Amino acid sequence: MNAATQSHAQPRPERDEAYNFAYLDEQTKRMIRRGLLKAVAIPGYQVPFGGREMPLPYGWGTGGMQLTAAILGAEDVLKVIDQGADDTTNAVSIRRFFARTAGVETTERTPEATIIQTRHRIPETPLHADQIMVYQVPIPDPLRFIEPSETETRTMHALNDYGVMHVKLYEDIATFGHIATAYAYPVTVNERYVMDPSPIPKFDNPKLDMSPALMLFAAGREKRLYAVPPFTRVTSLDFEDHPFEVQKWAHNCAICGSHDSFLDELILDDRGTQSFVCSDTDYCAQRVSQGRAEQ
Amino acid sequence: MIAAQHLHEKLHQDVLADPVQPLLKVKGLSKLYGPEKGCQDVSFELYPGEVLGIVGESGSGKSTLLSLLSGRCLPDSGVIDYRTTQDHWLDLYSASEAERRTLLRTEWGFVEQNPRDGLRMAVSAGANIGERLMAQGVRNYQQLRAAGLDWLNQVEIDPARIDDLPRTFSGGMQQRLQIARNLVSGPRLVFMDEPTGGLDVSVQARLLDLMRGLVRELDLAVVIVTHDLAVARLLADRLMVMRRSRVVETGLTDQILDDPQHPYSQLLVSSVLQP
Repeated sequence: MNAATQSHAQPRPERDEAYNFAYLDEQTKRMIRRGLLKAVAIPGYQVPFGGREMPLPYGWGTGGMQLTAAILGAEDVLKVIDQGADDTTNAVSIRRFFARTAGVETTERTPEATIIQTRHRIPETPLHADQIMVYQVPIPDPLRFIEPSETETRTMHALNDYGVMHVKLYEDIATFGHIATAYAYPVTVNERYVMDPSPIPKFDNPKLDMSPALMLFAAGREKRLYAVPPFTRVTSLDFEDHPFEVQKWAHNCAICGSHDSFLDELILDDRGTQSFVCSDTDYCAQRVSQGRAEQ
Repeated sequence: MIAAQHLHEKLHQDVLADPVQPLLKVKGLSKLYGPEKGCQDVSFELYPGEVLGIVGESGSGKSTLLSLLSGRCLPDSGVIDYRTTQDHWLDLYSASEAERRTLLRTEWGFVEQNPRDGLRMAVSAGANIGERLMAQGVRNYQQLRAAGLDWLNQVEIDPARIDDLPRTFSGGMQQRLQIARNLVSGPRLVFMDEPTGGLDVSVQARLLDLMRGLVRELDLAVVIVTHDLAVARLLADRLMVMRRSRVVETGLTDQILDDPQHPYSQLLVSSVLQP
C-alpha cells in the first residue's frame, strides 16, 4: 500500500488481549470458514451454520459480524457501511468492535479496504479483486414471503421450482403498473439458485454481476450464509415486457453533483423543502476532495 | 384460451394415435394406517377423457387413495404407471420428486376440498391463475394477464375481479378460481377431492354444471372423490365404491346407482334422501 492512501487510514489500534482475535473462538471461526467454502462452491446456495450469540442484538448485523470475524486477518483493512454511510451508529460501533478485538486497521475509503462489511449498499466506487464484501442479511430465503415452511423452500431450491418468484413480480405490476420491488430484489446466481441479495436497493443489483470481488452474505438470526464468487453471473428476475430497471433521479447530488449515484432524499424544513445527496458518503467526499464537484 | 386450444389439439392427436391406451394404470395399491384404515389392493385403469368417481363413507380411504394416486404420499405397496404426453410410461413411485412435482403442475391438476388449501390467499386471482404458467417459464406479463382474464371468463367470474384477493371471493367463486388455476396449464388428468363439499346446494349445482362443461370440452380425465351420489351421477362415467379401505364394487355410474350389487352399495344408494 502506498503512502498516499496509507494516510487516509486510521492508525492501527491496540488490540484488547482479553478477547480472542476478532472476538470469536478459533473453533467457531473454522466452522464458519468451512460453511463459506461450501457457499463459494455452490453460488447462491444457503448453507446453515451454527450462529453464535454476538454482543449486539439480532438485526444489527450479527451474521455479517460473524463472517467478518471468521475471515479477518491481522493485515486486513476493514470498512463498515450502513445505508451507504461510514458515520452512522451501527457502522461506527462495528468498526470500533473489530478495531478493539482484532486490532485491525480501519478505513472509510473503499479502494483501501480489503474487507467491507455492509448493510443496504454496495459502494459506488468499483470494487477490485482483492476485496471481500460481507453483507448483513435479515431474511436469507427469497421464497419465504410466499412459503413459510423451511422444508418446503429447501425442496423448492433443490428442485429449481421458482415459479412463485415471478408471482411476486406479477403482483407488483398488477397493483402498481410496474415492478415496485425496490430493495432485496431477487436475483438468479450462476443460472441456478434464486438468491436474496440482502436489502440493497435494486440500483446495486447490476454491481453484483461479474464483480471481481468476493461477495459473502450471512443472516445471524436465521443462521444461514451464502456467497457469490468473483466473476459470477447474477441476473435480476423480470418479465419480457417489464424488464428489470434501476432507480433514476431527476436531481444531482447537492454536495458533489454526481448524477449517477444512489441518492438519499433529505427533508430540510417543515415546508417540505427537499435536497438529494449521495447515499455513499465516501464516494461523495472523494468526489468533493478531488475537485470534481460541479456546483 | 390458447392453452385450452393447444391442449385440445394435443389430446386430439393422442386419441387419434391410440384410442385404446389407458392414461393411468394402477396395480395393487395399498397404504394402511391401521387395520382397514387407509386403502388396500386397489387396481384400475383410467382412460383419456374418462371421469372416475370414488364414493364411500367417511374414513373409507377415498382421500388416502387420492393422495396416493397424485403421488403426494407413497404407498406400502403397489404400482402406478402414467402415460406422459411423450407417450412413454412413467412409474410414478420410482420417478424422482422433481418429476412428480413437474407432473403435478403441468399435466396434472389437484382441486382441494377447501379452496384455501389450493389457492394462494395472499396474492390476487390473476397471480393465482398465472402461477403454473410462470412455473413453466412464461415470462410475458401480457400473456399471463390474457390467460388470467380468459380463465376467469371460462369459470364464470367477472374478469374485472382479476386483481382482487381470493379472500374477497365467495366460497363458490374461490372453488371456481381453484379450478381455473389448475386448468390453465392444460392438464390431462385432474384429481378432485370433494370439490363441491362445503358449498350450498344452488352453488353446488352451478359448479357441477361448469365442471361438466369443462371436462367434456377439454376432454379431461378426472378422478373425483365424493360422498355425494348426485355429484357422482352428474359427472362420473365410472364409479368405484369404497368401504373399510377396500373397493367393494366398480362399474358404470348408471349401473351402480340403478342396480347396485354389493350390500354396501345398496345401502349407500338407498340412503339418499328423495325430496
